[in-house]
Amino acid sequence: MNVQQFQNLLKPLTESERLHLFQSARTLTRQRFGRTIQLFAPLYISNECVVTCTYCGFSRQNKIERKTLTVDEVLKEAEYLRQQRFRHLLLVSGEHPKQVSPEYLSLIAQKLRPLFASLAIEVAPFDKETYSRLCASGVDRVVLYQETYDRLQYASVHLAGPKKFYEKRIQSAEAVLQSGIRSLGMGILLGLSDWRAEATALFEHLLGLRKKYWRADYTVSFPRLRPCASDFAIPHPVSDDDFKQLIAAFRLALPEAGIVLSTRESATLRDELIGLGVTQMSAGSRTEPGGYLHPDQALKQFETEDQRSPEEISRAVQAKGLEPVWKDEESTLMEVL
Amino acid sequence: MPDTLKIAGKEFNSRLLVGTGKFSSPQVMVQALEASGTEIVTVALRRIDLSRPETDILHFIDRNKYLLLPNTSGARNSIEAIRLARLSREAGLGNWLKLEVIPDPQYLLPDPIETFKAAEILIKEGFIVLPYINADPVLAKRLADIGTATVMPLGSPIGSAKGIKTKENIRIIIEQATVPVVVDAGLGAPSHATEALEMGADAVLINTAIAVAEDPVLMAEAFRLAVIAGRKGYEAGIAQEKEQAEASSPLVGIVGQK
Repeated sequence: MNVQQFQNLLKPLTESERLHLFQSARTLTRQRFGRTIQLFAPLYISNECVVTCTYCGFSRQNKIERKTLTVDEVLKEAEYLRQQRFRHLLLVSGEHPKQVSPEYLSLIAQKLRPLFASLAIEVAPFDKETYSRLCASGVDRVVLYQETYDRLQYASVHLAGPKKFYEKRIQSAEAVLQSGIRSLGMGILLGLSDWRAEATALFEHLLGLRKKYWRADYTVSFPRLRPCASDFAIPHPVSDDDFKQLIAAFRLALPEAGIVLSTRESATLRDELIGLGVTQMSAGSRTEPGGYLHPDQALKQFETEDQRSPEEISRAVQAKGLEPVWKDEESTLMEVL
Repeated sequence: MPDTLKIAGKEFNSRLLVGTGKFSSPQVMVQALEASGTEIVTVALRRIDLSRPETDILHFIDRNKYLLLPNTSGARNSIEAIRLARLSREAGLGNWLKLEVIPDPQYLLPDPIETFKAAEILIKEGFIVLPYINADPVLAKRLADIGTATVMPLGSPIGSAKGIKTKENIRIIIEQATVPVVVDAGLGAPSHATEALEMGADAVLINTAIAVAEDPVLMAEAFRLAVIAGRKGYEAGIAQEKEQAEASSPLVGIVGQK
């Protein structure tokens, strides 16, 4: 599919066109990914951050309690998640070169690698050499959102810190793909700019990367901005209907791409999206460091909407006629082991 | 004499191999396997969680009834495939292996070079290797030469349901084969399976078409019958396409008339 065809899918649709789009997305998702949904858990390891992102709860400016888990604390949280059946783990943190250093991440990855089938990070961007080092320690997936492809808006919401530089961030995607890491999660933060333009830019970015880095797995995600400690007024809110159209359009445009859905969205909407295009969901998420064993409101990145337990979500997936998949990778594949 | 499929010295009554991915639940999978009449079941090693055997997919597959054919899906090069194969054998899953080396997540096409390299090593290590390949006749010959138990050429990309788009190459592979030819991937309808068997393929492997059907159990039965029909058709000698050149004006009666 080319860019123009993709844009056609993003246009305002009549009711019957919408139904047709959704039906096509459902069929394609089922054919490609089967009657399954992969479940994963985010593990917040730090909320310390040197960046000022006006929309984020972890933003440097915000007077919230800050905490970086010790390696031991990370392992305890991870063990808890493992007991909940999770085998796909996503480590999340704010951007803090000292507190969340490559050495710290590398140590954690080495300890967690044998316990999980897949280990992803959603942290500060690094250079190729650092990614290679992290890959050698067991990280097999990097999640790195550009947040917005609208350069003006990018500049107006990323006020200070290393994230301020649009070009540098966008180039980091290639650093990931050159490092040996096999999977890249990309995304836009919905609400910052016009969603149709953002989706088009993400699609073009992805097409370019896919041609050059054809061995990589790509996933996309479309987090919608949520209320947080920043009290950010969302300039371009995206409705549920537009959100669904966006997911269905991406499914048609990129049949092989995983589409990831977080607990930012409500249980009702998430249940609706199961089968539409989404292939991976988080479950039972806590967005504060240490939150699985010691819940603490003060430390959160944002409020989650879907607060069901992993077991409840697993049952909801089954009720939709799909199988929840807890393990869909084999960690022994990693070159480093 | 009963018509059986022979792979690596073992005989099978069914010419339908079935994959276990993409089902809505293990229970539906079990019923579909039953209805398909299959005797060889392939399982993705990456899906198996050996730390939780009681809930794992393996728990649902009766190994007295089905030969387990672990596959290396997820491996992107020979090193990874070999690693998975060894893990499989160490875990007690036997030495049969469906070798899949797929570096391209977009169309899921197999890597001929890495597949060959992995097959060479695994055969030396005593594995019974069934390699998944593109429909490349020379690659098929090269693999049979080093001792693979079958060749498994694709009809079209995995999960595409497009049927046998590689027909001419599959015809050549079958014609030249010294090991069973299992058409694997892309067969979306029972008629596609029939077509493969009519062409002389020894067997087919089906996964997506059964697993994602509205009624997977009924579809499994449909494939069982389709495979039987195709094989009987082949044995009965239908569809004899002429592949050798034949002059449009026959020479009989012309030569030597002067």
